[in-house]
Amino acid sequence: MTSAPQGIIEVKGLVSHYGKRKILKNVDLSVQKGEIRVIMGGSGSGKSTLLNHLLALLKPTSGSIFVDGVDVVNTDRKTLSKLRQKTGVAFQSGALFSSMTVGENIKLPLKRHTRLDDHTIDIMTRLKLELMNLAGFEDLMPSELSGGMLKRAGLARAVIMDPKLLFFDEPSAGLDPVTAVELDELILKLRDAMNMTVVVVTHELESAFKIADKITVLFDGEIAITGTVDEIKNSRDERIQNLINRRPRNETVDAEQYIKRLTTGKN
Amino acid sequence: MLTAIKSTIERIGERTADQVESAGRLGVFLFNLVSRLGMFRFPFTETLKHIQFIGARTVPLILISGLFTGMVIALQFYDTLIRFGSVELLGAAVAMSLIRELGPVMAALMVIARVGSATCAEIGIMRNEQQFDALDCMDIDSYHYVMLPRLIAAIISVPLLTAMFDVFGIGGGYIVGVLIHGVSDGAYLIGMADTIVWNDVLMGIIKSALFGFLILWICMAKGFFLHVEQKQAGAEGVSHATTQAVVLSAVLMLFVDYIVSSLML
Repeated sequence: MTSAPQGIIEVKGLVSHYGKRKILKNVDLSVQKGEIRVIMGGSGSGKSTLLNHLLALLKPTSGSIFVDGVDVVNTDRKTLSKLRQKTGVAFQSGALFSSMTVGENIKLPLKRHTRLDDHTIDIMTRLKLELMNLAGFEDLMPSELSGGMLKRAGLARAVIMDPKLLFFDEPSAGLDPVTAVELDELILKLRDAMNMTVVVVTHELESAFKIADKITVLFDGEIAITGTVDEIKNSRDERIQNLINRRPRNETVDAEQYIKRLTTGKN
Repeated sequence: MLTAIKSTIERIGERTADQVESAGRLGVFLFNLVSRLGMFRFPFTETLKHIQFIGARTVPLILISGLFTGMVIALQFYDTLIRFGSVELLGAAVAMSLIRELGPVMAALMVIARVGSATCAEIGIMRNEQQFDALDCMDIDSYHYVMLPRLIAAIISVPLLTAMFDVFGIGGGYIVGVLIHGVSDGAYLIGMADTIVWNDVLMGIIKSALFGFLILWICMAKGFFLHVEQKQAGAEGVSHATTQAVVLSAVLMLFVDYIVSSLML
């Protein structure tokens, strides 16, 4: 029997594989309502895989994932549908449909899931575009937008249904510092104005320290630490300090294994 | 020596397993697609949009290829029939071969070249850009919203394109037979009308509807499972998936052509 979850997101003992490779190793995570949680880690640390599990896009090898009280691993399609309509996801590249205008992209969830008339949908779309500083861009095609605009348009689509839970994958990646700061401000504004819980996956330190209530740091598929910004900054874990201070890893090379890798191509 | 044999057997085994898996995925894709037919909201607007892309925009290509195909088969038949003194059968021969066989096959090949490849590439890029993940997260069913309209549009459009191909092919045959080689236009047209029966037309319609279904099914599935089937990511993966989709749908189309012909003749 599974015990009732506490936070809006509760992950227990999550293990995940890609083929034979173990990506997540017994991950536990708890996110409270109204919190901005940043999941950090270097490339290949498993943060995107964790996000995909939270979004129920992947099935774990073992472990449980509760999102807003729904066991997303074992739930039926109907319950998952209801949950997804209360959840917004902004993808790294925006994931806008290239055959539709920006406005059509943003309207899509409303058109599919509500019976609102076109006029109301238009007004709601413009409201979200205003919020994202994209007013007047609704008739453009995604290919006509810059990287930052694409992310903001993706964010507008993610919040068009006023979700209570927002996931944001790499908001600052590939953006200039000013646009990155603007997006951070936007995330804070969204949480305060719409009382959202926000889960952000990023490897951008500055952005994480600015927006996070709590930060979870992943290393090699394991959670190294979860804590407030100060707790992370003051952590004595060498890996965390390397990450914060952008220090290269000092990994000792096993000579025998190194030769084996070079000669056989196997570990 | 033993190691080489072992690794060859392993490679053959791996490839066979890959092919079986790939066939299984095509089956799963088809099942998911068909199961969406009964869903409440029919994607009418999207279907119309794809009829425009698959049908209307392919018309010029179909008309030109139909015309030239008709001209060349009329030339070949004329050259053969004149040896036996049966040149009055030219209209019947051209129409019969076009309506039963060449029309559906050639129109389908044109659709594969123009629509199948584009569809596979588009869906593959959608997969690469996480657009299917986005649809899942928005609780929008990818099969119902993206795939089904394309499939229905193809089933409607390909028979219509085939009919146009046939008409322009017969017209091309008329140009070569009647206008260039002086065959009597009465013999050409009446011979054709006397020989073609409803069953021939029906065979053409059934074949072309099946081809439309087959082409879109294969091309969409190959794009949709790009992330699982292709070892290379990005543009190279899309390119490989498109090549596989075009080759597989063309070969399967010819196989289905034989099956339908053998059942209906």
